Amino acid sequence: MSDNSKEVVTSKAAAPAAGSYSDHEYELGLRVVNNDAIADPGLEPHRVRMTDKSVKHEKAAVRQVAVLFTLSMLGSAFALWAYFNFPLSEDLSSVRLNTMYLGIGMTLGLMGIGIGAVHWAKTLMPDNEVAEDRHLVRGSDEKRAAAVEILAAANQESGFTRRKLIRRTLYGSLALFPFPGIILFADLGPNPGDSLRHTFWKPGTRLAKDPTGIEIKASDVTVGSVFQVIPAGLNPTQKDYLEEKAKAAVLLVRVDPSELKETDERKGWSYQGIVAYSKICTHVGCPVALYEQHTHHLLCPCHQSTFDLIDGCKVIFGPAARPLPQLPITVDKDGYLVAQSDFLEPVGPSFWDRSVK
Amino acid sequence: MSTTQTKPQKNSFLAGTANYVDERVGASGILKEFGRKIFPDHWSFMLGEVAMYSFFVLLLSGTFLTFFYDPSMAMVKYDGVYAPLKEAMISKAYESSLFITFEVRGGLLMRQVHHWSALLFVAAAGLHMLRVFFTGAFRKPRELNWVVGFVLFVLAMAGGFTGYSLPDDLLSGNGLRIIDGMIKGVPFIGTGISSLLFGGEFPGHVVIGRLYALHIMLIPALILVFLAVHLFMLIIHKHTHFSGPGRKDTNIVGYPLMPVYVAKAGGFFFIVFGVIMVISTFFTINPIWNYGGYDPSPVSAGTQPDWYIGWLDGALRLAPTGMEFMIGEYTVSMNILIPLAVSLLFLALVAIYPFIENWVTGDKREHHMLDRPRNAPTRTAIGAAGVMFYAVLWAGASTDLIATHFKMNLNQVLVSMQISLILLPIVSFIVTKRICLALQRKDKEVAIHGRESGRIVRLPHGEYIEVHEPLDEYELYKLVDFKDYQPTLARPNADGKITVGARVRSALSRFYFQDRITPATKTEIEQARHHAHELDAQVQKAIESDK
Repeated sequence: MSDNSKEVVTSKAAAPAAGSYSDHEYELGLRVVNNDAIADPGLEPHRVRMTDKSVKHEKAAVRQVAVLFTLSMLGSAFALWAYFNFPLSEDLSSVRLNTMYLGIGMTLGLMGIGIGAVHWAKTLMPDNEVAEDRHLVRGSDEKRAAAVEILAAANQESGFTRRKLIRRTLYGSLALFPFPGIILFADLGPNPGDSLRHTFWKPGTRLAKDPTGIEIKASDVTVGSVFQVIPAGLNPTQKDYLEEKAKAAVLLVRVDPSELKETDERKGWSYQGIVAYSKICTHVGCPVALYEQHTHHLLCPCHQSTFDLIDGCKVIFGPAARPLPQLPITVDKDGYLVAQSDFLEPVGPSFWDRSVK
Repeated sequence: MSTTQTKPQKNSFLAGTANYVDERVGASGILKEFGRKIFPDHWSFMLGEVAMYSFFVLLLSGTFLTFFYDPSMAMVKYDGVYAPLKEAMISKAYESSLFITFEVRGGLLMRQVHHWSALLFVAAAGLHMLRVFFTGAFRKPRELNWVVGFVLFVLAMAGGFTGYSLPDDLLSGNGLRIIDGMIKGVPFIGTGISSLLFGGEFPGHVVIGRLYALHIMLIPALILVFLAVHLFMLIIHKHTHFSGPGRKDTNIVGYPLMPVYVAKAGGFFFIVFGVIMVISTFFTINPIWNYGGYDPSPVSAGTQPDWYIGWLDGALRLAPTGMEFMIGEYTVSMNILIPLAVSLLFLALVAIYPFIENWVTGDKREHHMLDRPRNAPTRTAIGAAGVMFYAVLWAGASTDLIATHFKMNLNQVLVSMQISLILLPIVSFIVTKRICLALQRKDKEVAIHGRESGRIVRLPHGEYIEVHEPLDEYELYKLVDFKDYQPTLARPNADGKITVGARVRSALSRFYFQDRITPATKTEIEQARHHAHELDAQVQKAIESDK
């Protein structure tokens, strides 16, 4: 293929006009030239349709198209009628009726036009296939020469290549000018600072039910029960409620204290088998909402990371890498569950400098 | 424009208007140039049309929605007609979405039209890409248009995702939460980028407004620009057509734009719109009122992203446990970076595929004739492997639903998905290639020996044969008209050296064209026909001697 890899592509159909196939060569590459190919018999003869040869069928097709267009008119009219006759009310079934009748009318209005037009084209417009010549996409040699000449003239007149100083300073200025535009976007948000390391929990903050805000007594928590918890005092009307809640949401579970596997440093973080863990997944931040009582597994419904509650919420399955952070808790003098402190590590998804002190 | 001036005919409004327009914008020249342009016909050429029309429907329905929607995250007490959410604290964005749904006549219908057409838009664009891939329509001179189409596909997904977040319901809020988590996983800049996007901590008070600006302005404008470039290049290149009798790389066979395609394509817009309308009338999509407003604590189990985001979510799920590690004090979240890198690599391969194939074949000619997928077995097999890879990632986004619906162990489902992600693309490559080659062999056999007639004849010496009927010349040509490539050896360049590039190219050429079926030749067919004539004579003789 190396020697004869170039072949003049000829076409009987195309006249040797500018840009036609016969005046240009392209490399064939690995293509095999078949000298024993079967000849192209040319376009298949046109098949005559019923509507071409029978006046009766032609008239029927005309009627069908007209009926479809009429159906469209009726559909649109029906949609207008339905708009006024199926108003919306407090009763939500009115939404269903409004949607349905309006939709049926509009569907008919659209489909009638669409199917009618296509039917018209397929039955009544000529269906003889026509062949048209293509031309090479590249310009003819003369055109290309003229284009090169224009570029050369522009270069000559501006001195773009010749005047290096202008050219290089232009490149420099073009490279720099977007940066002020980019820096403008820096004020889209504040520097995160250490906001991700702190939550609403402070020493002594009582644990409260989400969303009622009712504070929880240790005695309310029976073995096996689960509470969705927010810090007491986190008020839905405060401005940063959702941001605080997105960090402070906690899952509270009571298990048999003998089952808990606690490391020495975390011995005092639970209260009589009551443990509190961040509810925000350490993978990408979904709420870890599913608790399976008999296995003590916590499952994140987004990506199925599974955490073992009795073993420090270690990851036992799924894409998450770190255990859920534990909130150290105890009870205050009135018997309410309170936080001993804030979380000791940032909650939620991992980020680059989360462990930097 | 012609030089002779035409005068409007008297009493003809149409002619008068035509003259008016032509004398001001030279419309006759445009019409002369494009009015009778030839377009080829094939059902698969409509997929791109479906995508474009869905986009138009998106513009129409989306504009309607903007008149009622309020992209504000300010919290208000809900006071609408939907009783279950009465008194709930929700954002204005969610409140206005509920208002559109329950208190604007046809509002729910338009919301559903918008959502369904978005789903159809991405689906049709994806199928259109597959059509272009499997028929080889991306080859020279259309490589750049493939890239433009690829950008459109990515923009379609971006448009979908930004729109999905706007109702600010529980489901979309969790979607944003995942995006936040992914951004934060990016080394060095992740935390800062997240703060810029959300205007501080997640969820903040600005992200909906920002996504809204992207969704209704920047992304649709970009889609329109790229769509215009896409169609402009289509006109320059003219449409491809399938190989067959009378069809050549040097011509285009089909029907004229006016009137046939104006009617067919114009009508088809209404059909696409009508189909979207009927689906939106009867099938609920994204029932945001069921989910409630966004709250970072609750989440519903079994939630699914819109289908086109599924493969990215699946990639996140399939990452094995414990891939995060520390470099000194810094956290490297490979459980996020690897899925991100794999997805981006997959997209990059899709974008550059035309250039790879072009380099391997070295075929620099213009290609205007489409391949039947079987006639490019390796490309088809690569495509099938890619589709399978995407499909496993996509199914990966539903591991929990697969587990609950089929009563299987969630962990086992996930592990088998991880294995499938590696294994199934390889299997589908091999199987697809073998199927293509088998189909090609069958084609060749039919071309040479003709079609089985079902007529069994016993020859005088006892042999039974089935009589084959030769194909007519048009059917025959359809089976033999394809391009044949052969593998090459690594050859030394002008300096007498065999470069690494040449070796790679040679290896790839073997990968592509080692197994190949050549088209049936004239000689082969003549020989077969000759043989058939001899048999025929024997059969005739046998019949006569029986008499």
